[in-house]
Amino acid sequence: MAEKTLSEVNERIRDGSVRVVTAEEMPSIVDELGPAGAVREVDVVTTGTFGAMCSSGLFLNLGHSDPPIKIGRAWLNKVEAYGGVAAVDLFLGATQPSIDRGIEYGGAHVMEDLVSGKAIEVEAEGVGTDCYPQLGLETTLRLEDFNQATMVNPRNAYQRYNAATNSSQRTIHTYMGTLLPRMGNVHYSGAGVLNPISNDPSFQYIGMGVRIFLAGSQGYIIGSGTQHNPQAGFATLMVTGDLKQMDRRFLRAATFTRYGSSLYLGIGVPIPILNERLALSTAVRDRDIEVPVVDYGVPRRDRPSMAKVNYEQLKSGMVRIGRQEVATSSLSSLLMAREVAATLKGSIEKGEFVLTQPVAPLSLAGSARPMKQTKEFPYVEDVMSREVVSVTEDISVAEAAQAIIKSKFDHLPVVNSAGVLCGIITTWDISKAVADGTISQVSQIMTRNVFSTTPDQPIELAARTLDTHSISALPVVDQDGRVIGMLSSNHLSRLFAGRRPR
Amino acid sequence: MKLLLRVAPGIVRKPLIASVILETGALVNIERASIDAVSGEIVLDVSQEKCRQVKDALERLGVDVILLEIPVIRDDSECVHCGACVAICPTGTFHFEDWRVVGEPGRCVQCGACVTACPHRALRLVLK
Repeated sequence: MAEKTLSEVNERIRDGSVRVVTAEEMPSIVDELGPAGAVREVDVVTTGTFGAMCSSGLFLNLGHSDPPIKIGRAWLNKVEAYGGVAAVDLFLGATQPSIDRGIEYGGAHVMEDLVSGKAIEVEAEGVGTDCYPQLGLETTLRLEDFNQATMVNPRNAYQRYNAATNSSQRTIHTYMGTLLPRMGNVHYSGAGVLNPISNDPSFQYIGMGVRIFLAGSQGYIIGSGTQHNPQAGFATLMVTGDLKQMDRRFLRAATFTRYGSSLYLGIGVPIPILNERLALSTAVRDRDIEVPVVDYGVPRRDRPSMAKVNYEQLKSGMVRIGRQEVATSSLSSLLMAREVAATLKGSIEKGEFVLTQPVAPLSLAGSARPMKQTKEFPYVEDVMSREVVSVTEDISVAEAAQAIIKSKFDHLPVVNSAGVLCGIITTWDISKAVADGTISQVSQIMTRNVFSTTPDQPIELAARTLDTHSISALPVVDQDGRVIGMLSSNHLSRLFAGRRPR
Repeated sequence: MKLLLRVAPGIVRKPLIASVILETGALVNIERASIDAVSGEIVLDVSQEKCRQVKDALERLGVDVILLEIPVIRDDSECVHCGACVAICPTGTFHFEDWRVVGEPGRCVQCGACVTACPHRALRLVLK
């Protein structure tokens, strides 16, 4: 067995004889030389990823003012930072929107502005105590003015990430970008072969205390990240680093339309090739890393998986979902991931970056269970009316008017002979037809593209459909599309007023 | 060649495109059109040879015509080559070359899908 120690690797870094390759180069080296040969030829494999890492944040210490203040609430360029940490420590989250520009300028943008050397307007409200009497202050600070600006990111550098598509009939805007209707595209995130954890999935090296490349600085792995779930192949890292040492090239604010702000970060982990097992795990290829293509058109936690694909297929620009060929695109930057791995490789070769010994490996068992929801929330079937009057499209407007008078709603679902929903008419449609005078048939006035809901849908989602499309009622249909009830905005207002309908 | 047509309220009800096709014999492709009762905006694709003729004919009818040489502009200081603009473009304006996002602005019809999809707000439609 070919083996070497971490001190031997570091000795080679110091004397300039270290041999470093990126994770993209490693598979062919192991193919050619075998794992033992690779241990002899390669000392360090550098990895890199550059993508949206929402779960990122910054601890800032402002220093004490005179008179002193115990900050209760604070805003940096109108982005609120959490003030419940001692007197003048703040925590700024990347996804916090600003009160003036909303998601177009959020916590991540403040971080990018700080790293770019820009001045930040700070506003703070004080609690007012005997020892901290000041009640409020405003000041302008640059990065160098903070005592500490320490990035602490609860969940970064996912081992892999579900690819996203959308089977619904409308374009949706998500944290996986714009997803076109009827599975018009697939978006994926992650660097595949270059991903840090995918190159050491059993944490032979990766662990607490490992020095990493964090947005141009030398940062550290604190431990496993939140939602760390290595059993399923979705391990994560919690990392820290000094913002004052970071480089804007590797730290970029972003906004996902109708979702929120986020932070694109460059993270690279060096993996020393101490033994054959590490040589083999860093020989991972894109085709070895599989992810499901998940349907974001279903707004539920357990979204259906439409296909299983690997990063080689995703990176080819086209994947197959059932019989459909769908264009893919990445959302994280593979170009920048390569640059992270190459920059880290350069720093190691120049002797500027020495590897550290982990103090504890990451946990091999994590937890990403669903939320325990203790407050019961209603479903459509708990609220809807089951007495529903529906009509067929071959009747006259006058007959429809009579039906609507009998009905409790000002909406009348139109069904075919099998009872399947095919349209809807409202009292407004009937009034228009009467005013027009020339229209006699329901088929001429009904809306055919009708939104509906199902009995098992949470009421919040049905309310969102009503709100998104500015409508006031939804037919409730069963699995076969047959109308079995109606849900109107009246049901929702009754719910809010605390009266559950029968 | 792409032409951006802005149609003023006074003439929006006239068969402008049809008149120009009959007059010039040009094969035009309407790539995008948003027209309502008061005004309209249309993007036409015309062959290079007929472009001048079509532009002149439209202008004689009172249409404001702009040659869209570069319909969409990218701010390279903001772009990180993530690819959020690649698969959502209906005309394939952007593609990857060795993981660098490369644009062919000539394909753009100014639908604006990429502008809202770009997480780094690096894209902008010219004259919008």
